[in-house]
Amino acid sequence: MTAQEARTHTIDMNSVLLNRAHQSEPEETSIKVENLNLFYGEKQALYGINMEMPKKKVTAYIGPSGCGKSTLLRCINRMNDLVDSVTIDGKILLDDENIYEKSVNVAALRRRVGMVFQKPNPFPKSIFENVAYGLRIQGINDKRILAETVENALRGAALWDEMKDRLNDNALGISGGQQQRLVIARAIAIEPEVLLLDEPASALDPISTLKIEELINDLKEKYTIVIVTHNMQQAARVSDYTAFMYMGELVEMGATSELFTNPRKKQTEDYITGRYG
Amino acid sequence: MESKEIGHHISQKFNKELEDICNKVLTMGGLVEQQIEMAVKAFTARDIELAELVIKQDNQVDALEMEIDSECTQIMALRQPTAFDLRMLIAVIKIAREMERAGDKAERIAEMAIKLSSTDNQFDHKYELEHMASLIMEMMHGALDAFARANIENITEITGKDVNVNREYENILRRLITRMMEDPRNITRALDIIWAARAMERIGDYACNISEHLIYMVNGEDVRHLTQQELEKRMKTP
Repeated sequence: MTAQEARTHTIDMNSVLLNRAHQSEPEETSIKVENLNLFYGEKQALYGINMEMPKKKVTAYIGPSGCGKSTLLRCINRMNDLVDSVTIDGKILLDDENIYEKSVNVAALRRRVGMVFQKPNPFPKSIFENVAYGLRIQGINDKRILAETVENALRGAALWDEMKDRLNDNALGISGGQQQRLVIARAIAIEPEVLLLDEPASALDPISTLKIEELINDLKEKYTIVIVTHNMQQAARVSDYTAFMYMGELVEMGATSELFTNPRKKQTEDYITGRYG
Repeated sequence: MESKEIGHHISQKFNKELEDICNKVLTMGGLVEQQIEMAVKAFTARDIELAELVIKQDNQVDALEMEIDSECTQIMALRQPTAFDLRMLIAVIKIAREMERAGDKAERIAEMAIKLSSTDNQFDHKYELEHMASLIMEMMHGALDAFARANIENITEITGKDVNVNREYENILRRLITRMMEDPRNITRALDIIWAARAMERIGDYACNISEHLIYMVNGEDVRHLTQQELEKRMKTP
């Protein structure tokens, strides 16, 4: 009888049911793309993109080379402004505010929307200074605040234990995987709302890749993450939502678990199963 | 399976691996169908030799199931299949299991055939059993055919037949219970017939399960544990 009781106590049905109810709650949208068209000179690269990226979730863009996924990603913090021939129409709303309004301060926008690239690009400075850089250019020089922020950011990027004794070493002397996590630490040191990751693990070995993926999983507790990846299994592992793009159009977007087991569009099916159309 | 479903991968080797698995499933299915047919024949005709052959051949079915499982595992590990490919492999593993069980039931019928052959009473309920056998063989064949074509248009016809199988089984059961009440000396014999009828009824269930796995394979919907009416309704709404 006691054994029976013990067994029935292990599952609290109420919490199971509550959890399920909790899951079905609608998600808050962080970034909303509305009817976005982008041209490189004459050539149109994005065609009427509409999508919503929920807050504190990971959204992955997949698609063949040249389909516009990196271009779309770069629109979210206006990196494309740096390319001369680019013209953009449509809106991108970050917390209901169009980031392409004339009044928007681009530097401030990029503080809210951090970005990490394919190749780790640490500055030729010490590890500490790399992470503190964003704060220093904001004029923060208080040693205590800097030390605290650097530690938190390195912890957030799962790098603190490896780096705490060599904070003054040159950042270019650490491994590629560590450099990539260092760059992520630099991005989160200024506490952005959104993190854009453009192929963050494609230049790394499998173990470093897994560390980055694990890190992404931790980071989504605090940040909205958008990731571009050529590695579909990586998209499947790390993301909550996946968008499949082809020839500058958004073909299908949905929950990752659904998109990889039962896609609605044939084009998506052909791409993720490795078929030619 | 038709190549439009599993072919066209950029990797030709992947195409071939999937084709191999499909061919193995169809081979296994053919073998199981044959086993059922022979077992029923052995049972109704009291053919001991045939019954012994059924028992002997069951290890071939078992071996095929293990081969299919291991090949599916290999593909999953090496190719990380997605969408239809993934659903197909999952369905194939389950279908192979259902077929292996159906094979075991055929073996069971064969065992009962051998046991009953020593009694000299004239065989009864032959027609009911034959009717039931023809129903389950149609179901099994229909399911395998649907797999071969990756087409589930008429799948509810297969599951619909299970109602008739169950009805026939209950019929046989009722009559044999009466016989047992009439004379306790009938009990052993009646029970053996019931075991065989029960085995056939189970084969019908396995054919239904295979049909459900096929629906998952083709359109990704999990339709297990639905009644026939619910299933028909679900299959009508796109």
